[in-house]
Amino acid sequence: MLRNKLAALTPAVGAILFVFAWWLLYASKLIDPVLLPSPQDSFKAIWDGFVGGALISDFLITVRRTLLAFVIAVIISVPFGIILGSSVRLYSSVEFLIDFFRSTPASALFPLFLVILGVGEETKIAVAAFGASLLILFNTAYGVMNARKTRQAAARVMGASRFRVMLDVTLLESLPQTFVGMRTGVSFALVIVIVAEMFIGSTDGLGQRVINAQMIFNMPEMYATIFAAGVLGYGLNLLFILIERKFVHWGGK
Amino acid sequence: MNAPVATDVASGRATPASAPHGTHITIRGLYKSFQGQPLYTNFDLDIPKAQITSVFGPNGCGKSTLINMVSGLLPFDAGQVLFDGKTLTDTKISYVFQNYREALFPWKRAIDNIKYPLQLAGQSKAECNRRAEELVASFEIKFDLHRYPYELSGGQQQLVSIMRALAPHPEVLFLDEPFSALDYEMTLFMRDKLQDIFQATRTTMILVSHDLEEAVYLADQVLLLTRRPTKIAEIVPFRSARPRHPETLTSDEFVRAKARCLDVFQREVRR
Repeated sequence: MLRNKLAALTPAVGAILFVFAWWLLYASKLIDPVLLPSPQDSFKAIWDGFVGGALISDFLITVRRTLLAFVIAVIISVPFGIILGSSVRLYSSVEFLIDFFRSTPASALFPLFLVILGVGEETKIAVAAFGASLLILFNTAYGVMNARKTRQAAARVMGASRFRVMLDVTLLESLPQTFVGMRTGVSFALVIVIVAEMFIGSTDGLGQRVINAQMIFNMPEMYATIFAAGVLGYGLNLLFILIERKFVHWGGK
Repeated sequence: MNAPVATDVASGRATPASAPHGTHITIRGLYKSFQGQPLYTNFDLDIPKAQITSVFGPNGCGKSTLINMVSGLLPFDAGQVLFDGKTLTDTKISYVFQNYREALFPWKRAIDNIKYPLQLAGQSKAECNRRAEELVASFEIKFDLHRYPYELSGGQQQLVSIMRALAPHPEVLFLDEPFSALDYEMTLFMRDKLQDIFQATRTTMILVSHDLEEAVYLADQVLLLTRRPTKIAEIVPFRSARPRHPETLTSDEFVRAKARCLDVFQREVRR
């Protein structure tokens, strides 16, 4: 019984050891305490920041930008992915373009977007949406292209029209891959939004908060913000895994 | 691959005069080649109505290709396939795939898989439910059809595939090695299930099998094919009374028919 209860705690072991090692390092005074505050101070900064502090508002601003970029990316690239994926010839005609821009670091496009859209909210969201949309686009297209031929044949032999096969089989077949694209897309959008908040004349958001804390040497604040960004990234990934499990319960089966 | 399906509609709706009485499917002048290699050249075949025809032959002779062309899954280069004088478009056919895992829709519950062809045909919800209940009763289904296919065993999944195929009362049922992914116990059970269905519905069935025992056991006639370019090697009738039982497998009649098939098969393999 006790053994089973202890076994349930296994996933927490790494985290506990990490905090303990952090504390040891802090207590040993090997690193300047200004650079490495104690875990207690950092947790306090996180707590204060989230409970009525400014951290929570910056957190929510970053969430809003990331999700906005993600939604725009999905609206644009899922339909395009389906269209491209349904014709191998069409896809191969644009495959190079997609692969090229997918491989181009989206951060390298900031200056271009700045020239076009100016130093505003739009630029941050647009670059993030651009990067995420390519990821979603090619995953959706691959999902459609790699739909099981047997299932399509099964629907066809039952008398389904091309349109019905697309609607009833191919689209659902592509869904697991589309979700992979969406999950990587939203993580990618978060990365781009944080970077944009750091360097593109931002006055809010987690990225800007990290940079500010670093400049005024408020280390607990900086660690707290990094931790908040980690929570956001992890939470988004978890959320998408849960949505995926609900909507594509058959994935991988 | 994308060559148009050549069907000669102009020849009318009547079964070609050369076909014997009781013929359901007539195949005339069928041509099919893959990458310039001819598989079928000027292939003719009559498939009888309300009988089970097993298709057996050497590896790669195009057994599955044949039923895929007849069922419209694969276009052919030239030729004509008619069902009681009708084209495929006017004929209700069903197909049971070897790979049930990839043929069932995992996003639909088993029962909704069975209803899908009925929904495609535009039947009302009540009609779909009634037909599904009818099938459940006649198959004496003991497991929960409200589960998803991946929650069922292999045999149960293939049973669901067969129910889905039978739901719209097909005129012809094609089966491509339907039991080859099942264990022996399940295979025996499914053979008898299929035989029950056949006796109850008298649906024309075409069964591709790589298992000679199964091919003969279920068949009214075994169609033996040659190596490519594929011809009919022989058509071996097996007239043992139905229902056939596992004891049939040791009867003289069965042993003789199977031996005959094996003879022809070996002759073709060595050729």
